[in-house]
Amino acid sequence: MRNWNPFIAGTVAAIVAALVLTHVVQNEYFFFAGYVVLQFVVLATAWNILGGYAGYVNFGSGAFFAMGAYTAVALIKAWDAPLIVQLLAASCVSGLLGFGIGALTLRLRGIFFSIATVAVAVICETAVINWGFVGGSRGIAVIQPPPPALFASYTRLLFVVMALAAVVAVVLARYIQNSWIGRGLRAIRDDEEAAESAGVPTLKLKLATATASGALMGLAGAPFPLYVSFLEPTSAFSLNYAVSALAMPIIGGTASWLGPVIGAVLLGSVQQIVTVTVSSELNVLVVGALLVSFVVAAPQGILGLASKLFGRRNAGDRAGQPASAASRSTDAGQS
Amino acid sequence: MTSPLLAVHSISQRFGGFAALSDVSLTVPPVQRLGIIGPNGSGKTTLINCISGSLRSHAGSIDFNGIDVTRLPPHRRARLGMARSFQIPRPFPSMTLAENVAVPLEYVTHRGSLHTADVRGQALAILEQIGLADKADTSAAALVQVDLRKLELARAMAAGPSLLLLDEVMAGLSSVEVDEVLGIVLDLNRQGVTIIMIEHIMRAIMRFSERVVCLDAGRVVADGTPAQVANDRNVRRIYLGA
Repeated sequence: MRNWNPFIAGTVAAIVAALVLTHVVQNEYFFFAGYVVLQFVVLATAWNILGGYAGYVNFGSGAFFAMGAYTAVALIKAWDAPLIVQLLAASCVSGLLGFGIGALTLRLRGIFFSIATVAVAVICETAVINWGFVGGSRGIAVIQPPPPALFASYTRLLFVVMALAAVVAVVLARYIQNSWIGRGLRAIRDDEEAAESAGVPTLKLKLATATASGALMGLAGAPFPLYVSFLEPTSAFSLNYAVSALAMPIIGGTASWLGPVIGAVLLGSVQQIVTVTVSSELNVLVVGALLVSFVVAAPQGILGLASKLFGRRNAGDRAGQPASAASRSTDAGQS
Repeated sequence: MTSPLLAVHSISQRFGGFAALSDVSLTVPPVQRLGIIGPNGSGKTTLINCISGSLRSHAGSIDFNGIDVTRLPPHRRARLGMARSFQIPRPFPSMTLAENVAVPLEYVTHRGSLHTADVRGQALAILEQIGLADKADTSAAALVQVDLRKLELARAMAAGPSLLLLDEVMAGLSSVEVDEVLGIVLDLNRQGVTIIMIEHIMRAIMRFSERVVCLDAGRVVADGTPAQVANDRNVRRIYLGA
């Protein structure tokens, strides 16, 4: 498999680095901030699978994230379930939510799906606010268990868990992008009717993608209650997640798995820095300002800018093309 | 007599109060070259859309290869061996030409055996055949109209169809190019592909077809050999107003 080996090396290096960092870095805040950045890598990557590859824009990422978080809370409260169970269950619940929204709306094309995701976000939040078992509108306190051996704090463990989740998300996104599935999704985004006529089972593919995207968002939300120790609906369903999940891939570039990763690391880090050095209110403004300027000035994102500057078709790798073709200079950018 | 490849049983299609097709029946035996003519708005493209599944007809049924496909979505019909081109080319603009052709190769021709298939090699071979090989790695968004029409044909061919539905693939082509495309289509027919072609270029349709059907206002008004249809009183009235 061409191009896989450096990628595998990169993912392994990322996991090892996360583990080593938990032993080397003393400052606890590093893990606090790093967790958030990694969480956005997962969210942005998950959003991009459906929004970037297939062109179906999800405005309700916050709901998928929060349903993952509240699934974890429910499991902690009911059975004191271990973290791994919380992660898996949260992925299932949010995956099902994605499938459900998809089944209801993906028969229609384009904007209807986006509208429905907003509606679902409101419905989910209302349901959780009125669900006393998980704290309702008052919120609920979750106590971190003692950290397991090898970890100095539970936050460090969660940091590593989120690094693993990010790797899972990126590996999945890259696999989809470079396989026949990715080509089918791009065909859907370009022209759904032509895709159907070319044999692409558009509905089935969209449903599978909505499910995978939702599941990854749930995975991103699952460790959140233990990370913040206090969960309440307003922060879990915060618009910030929905906006960031969409802004980061657009700023990074939606055509490749690398785009959301770049966008999330860049924007996530800037947000953390602005929060600490300037004000916590201003960090949302940063996201908004960057989103607007990229949509206007560089709709292909950072990856698009890079390929224009270096005369390459695409900074990420593409399927079915030898390296010579991928690096050949053509005017593939939208003219 | 062999059983028909395609049997359209009295289908009707309305758009609001406008009847685009009323009670159209059509039987096409295997390996036939069928030309469909008719004035603008006579229902030719609607008929193709109903056969390929882009439109669900309001009444009637369609059998393909002995299978009732009336309720099947277009991608299922494509897998059964139907491929089409669109009158207004609908390429995948974010992809290169080779990738455009790879879509039906991956989703129809090699479905289930992708790991062993040389998709790119075959895509290049098809582009070579249609005369677009030098543009294989160009974005489809950068193509001119003529090449877009050829790409439509290439993408339809890539699905390895037994029935090819061509909706004005030759519109806007020069007469040399018309001959070129006609040669390719006739070749496919010799290899056993049934072809239904809508075309306004009479020279092409008369040379190409074994049988010509003329539609007018959503009804079949003539059906026969090219010579018969050309001399049909109804057809002459529709086209010449005499």
